[in-house]
Amino acid sequence: MLNHALLFSVFVVASCGLAYELIAGALASYLLGDSVTQFSTVIGTYLFAMGIGSWLSRYVEQHLIARFIQVELMVGVLGGFSAAALFFIFAWAPAPFKLALYLSVFAVGVMVGLEIPLIMRILKRDLSLKDLISQVLTFDYLGALAVSILFPLLLVPHLGLMRSGLLFGLLNVAVAMWASWLFRGQLRNFRWLRVQGGAAALALLAAFVAAGELTSLAEARLYADEIVHAESTPYQRIVITRWKDDLRLHLNNNLQFSSRDEYRYHEALIHPGLSTLPAARRVLVLGGGDGLAVREILKYPQVESVTLVDLDPAMTRLFASAQPLRELNDDALHSAKVTVVNADALQWLEENDELFDFVVVDFPDPSNFAIGKLYSSAFYRLLDKHLAGGALAVIQSTSPLYARQSFWCIVSTLESVGLVATPYHALVPSFGEWGFVLAGRRSYQPPQSYAIATRFLTAAATPALFQFPKDMARVEAEINRLNSQVLVRYFEQEWRQVIR
Amino acid sequence: MDRRDFLASVAAAGLASAASLGGCDGRPPPLPPGGLSGTALDLGHRLRDGGFPPPGERRRLPVLIIGAGVGGLSAGWKLARSGFADFLLVELEAEAGGNSRAGRNAVSAYPWGAHYLPLPTREASAVRELLAELGVLQGDPRAPQPIYDERYLCASPQERLYRDGLWQEGILPQSGVAATERAQYQRFFERMAIFRGQRDGAGRRAFALPMALSSRDPRLLALDTISMRDWLLAQGLDSPQLHWYVNYACRDDYGAGSGTVSAWAGIHYFACRDGAAQNASSETVLTAPEGNAWLAEGMLRSIQDRVGERLLSGALAFRVAAAEPQGGHSGPVEVDLWLPGERRTLRILAEQVIWAAPLFLVPHVIAGPKAIRIAAGNYSYSPWLVANLTLSRFPDDRHGAPPAWDNVLYDGAGLGYVVATHQKMRVRPGATVLTYYRSLDALSPQRGREALRDTSHAGWAEQILAELERPHANIRQLTTRLDVFRNAHAMARPVPGLIWGAARQQFAGDGGQLRFAHADVSGFSLFEEAQYRGVLAAERTLGRLGVPFTSSLT
Repeated sequence: MLNHALLFSVFVVASCGLAYELIAGALASYLLGDSVTQFSTVIGTYLFAMGIGSWLSRYVEQHLIARFIQVELMVGVLGGFSAAALFFIFAWAPAPFKLALYLSVFAVGVMVGLEIPLIMRILKRDLSLKDLISQVLTFDYLGALAVSILFPLLLVPHLGLMRSGLLFGLLNVAVAMWASWLFRGQLRNFRWLRVQGGAAALALLAAFVAAGELTSLAEARLYADEIVHAESTPYQRIVITRWKDDLRLHLNNNLQFSSRDEYRYHEALIHPGLSTLPAARRVLVLGGGDGLAVREILKYPQVESVTLVDLDPAMTRLFASAQPLRELNDDALHSAKVTVVNADALQWLEENDELFDFVVVDFPDPSNFAIGKLYSSAFYRLLDKHLAGGALAVIQSTSPLYARQSFWCIVSTLESVGLVATPYHALVPSFGEWGFVLAGRRSYQPPQSYAIATRFLTAAATPALFQFPKDMARVEAEINRLNSQVLVRYFEQEWRQVIR
Repeated sequence: MDRRDFLASVAAAGLASAASLGGCDGRPPPLPPGGLSGTALDLGHRLRDGGFPPPGERRRLPVLIIGAGVGGLSAGWKLARSGFADFLLVELEAEAGGNSRAGRNAVSAYPWGAHYLPLPTREASAVRELLAELGVLQGDPRAPQPIYDERYLCASPQERLYRDGLWQEGILPQSGVAATERAQYQRFFERMAIFRGQRDGAGRRAFALPMALSSRDPRLLALDTISMRDWLLAQGLDSPQLHWYVNYACRDDYGAGSGTVSAWAGIHYFACRDGAAQNASSETVLTAPEGNAWLAEGMLRSIQDRVGERLLSGALAFRVAAAEPQGGHSGPVEVDLWLPGERRTLRILAEQVIWAAPLFLVPHVIAGPKAIRIAAGNYSYSPWLVANLTLSRFPDDRHGAPPAWDNVLYDGAGLGYVVATHQKMRVRPGATVLTYYRSLDALSPQRGREALRDTSHAGWAEQILAELERPHANIRQLTTRLDVFRNAHAMARPVPGLIWGAARQQFAGDGGQLRFAHADVSGFSLFEEAQYRGVLAAERTLGRLGVPFTSSLT
């Protein structure tokens, strides 16, 4: 019975050993990229450390069983917390992350390297060398197989790296506790070992339960600034950060605005178009639940109604209720002229037949097929049906510098449905060089003057926005049709190069 | 504890933990409710048993069309378009459409059968004419690259494949495929491109769609004597992934694998389609939430608008027989119809009959020449299962390519599923309907039909959910309804010898009073084939009756 129990613990110990190695490799690939390098160096370091552990085992001469139990406890705690600790180190201090990674891999490797020689020596008392090697190694490799299959299929998808690590830590501690109970007759300090084991198990268990909060704590560090609001809605993750007087909105980790320079973006989005439409009474805003575009629109006294269609009620609720955000958008969402509709813009356009004098299309960048539909020829045809005579639409169109073909693809697509497209751009420091396209049924002339208060735009400087220097000049691009979705492919390719 | 017990206990522990991770309480949710329907089996079986009452009412009619699937509707559509109104369409099922029928619920319309139409070829002139009438083909219907209504062009991404725990774009296996296999992919597609462009001395395409316009070059027709699988091997194409792909294509189109269907039919699938569009790539297909039902419903509406209601549904034609000759020339054809709703038999005395029902019914119904009954016996049919799963939202997905219109599981028992709401103009589709297809090609057709007959709704629901659960862990929790439709004789199987053998020719020619208009006459179940046969039979009938018309087929 004792022998079988020890062989079973070989299986568990081997599983845990491989698990720590996989977790470290996966974590390094996630956080540092280049998975081939990360896995190779992590596995190399780990195996080397195991060798050192095996060599060190010769210096353990007495109290084999107690030493084995202590090693198990240490592996459990070190290995179990390694993923969580590394994640935090990366969040707080990315510089020494690599050092910490290899140190932890090395430490766990040494401990794991000690385990098997110790077990073999305990078993040696009852087994011949032939049986000993055959049985121990069989279970060692079986354990490795079990984890290598469970890890990608079950553990990572369902538990994540942090919880998987803690789970294996608990398994190591469980083996230690089990062994201390099985050999209680041969152990002098049985009670003390049990106390140690209990403490380790409790710590791991607590961390396992709190892993969700730990993750968000680490996330808080990934955003350099203080998080003043964070919520997950059915549609997106909304995070608002503040650093001194700079409020920033992030949707799904993508920066939407910085309060320091958003006026540049929103003035450029609204005024070149709306200032040429003195008779514009009805305005539609698609997207833009932050109310900042609406704030600019409400500067025009002739505007009688603004309809804001944004998918996510949490966004419009937040920007209508939180004090600093209401200050930022001048309480635009509470204006009597503004109607907020929380609906899918495509569905809303299909089901309504209202006409508008000015339409603002301010959607997220076309980074996936669902949003890509909002930049398609079918969408622009639908949009065209809502333009009153002489109306203009303006479309935020990503960066003509970083995503040049994407930008010109939007222009080509607007032209393909028979609209006159007038592209322009402006510098928004927190975004970079940003692009917009005006679309209407007639050719467009920039305004001679701005009747409203601005911080960025002047009539004299406006014509320059319509000039495209050499590195942003027009390039060939296909039409973005629903049945091709070329824009999503362009966008993915171009931004991938920028991030690199 | 020996080694085997040990391994077993490890496996059990693994399964137990997998189960507890899958659902909160470790028990799967109850199976969703839903219906178990099928082609009107009981009425069909009555054909064999007989015992219908003798006819009471008798009615004379110039033209009777038996069967209102795509073949019969196309015949009626052509008659009505030619200004000919004296016909009746009779249909056994409660509604017209055949394999192009659809269902509808609060979430979406969804197909019960065929779900797409490839961009029509140059020679599919009648298909183009229909699409132009329905407003989906815009401008000149004969243009080499017409413009199509973008709402019907399948939105991107069109297809993806779930393989080794990951979704990939497209159906051809890509990741981890050896260079030698990729070289075979390339050779295969090059070979198909050559077939696609190939024409014979008479200018006919090697593989045309409709197939009747194909070359009769004996070297090409010889491809109908071997299986698709054997042809691939004879070409030195033995890549397992290529074979998987070709086998999948044959199962998807013909309900039978590449070892069962003929090389001519298999190659036809890859080589016949050369349609193009000005506003879409040539691989794009035309589709709608309701599958191909918009085409069948469009033809029915066209008939109604031109000549009024001409459909008699829920009527079983159980006897078709030539009447005694009267005074030198042949008399009308007697068609006895059992009207179960009225519990009576109606005899139609038709000048001309267009048989647009599946050919396996011929021996049970037509008291005509023996040769026809024998020829019909040469056909075999694949049984199919279609299930529509209504979900409160799109289920969680495994990693890789995002949801496409057609989603295929590499080693699934089924052929994958299409997303009925894919064409919807929505950023977030919300609730959705997934249409799951399965041809029972792993069994013989007879065994497959027995499985269809004997498996309960719960049995199918469990199998389907277990299969789709692999890429979509929470699909059980989200499925609010699962409706199953069984089609025991869904489509003819183009086994070697069927397409260019003698039996099919019995039905392809021009009869005196009885003509055949069904995809079975072509040997495989494609919309283009059924429509061609229907329009051809209508034009031949009009010609016989001396009614002037403009041909749709030239």
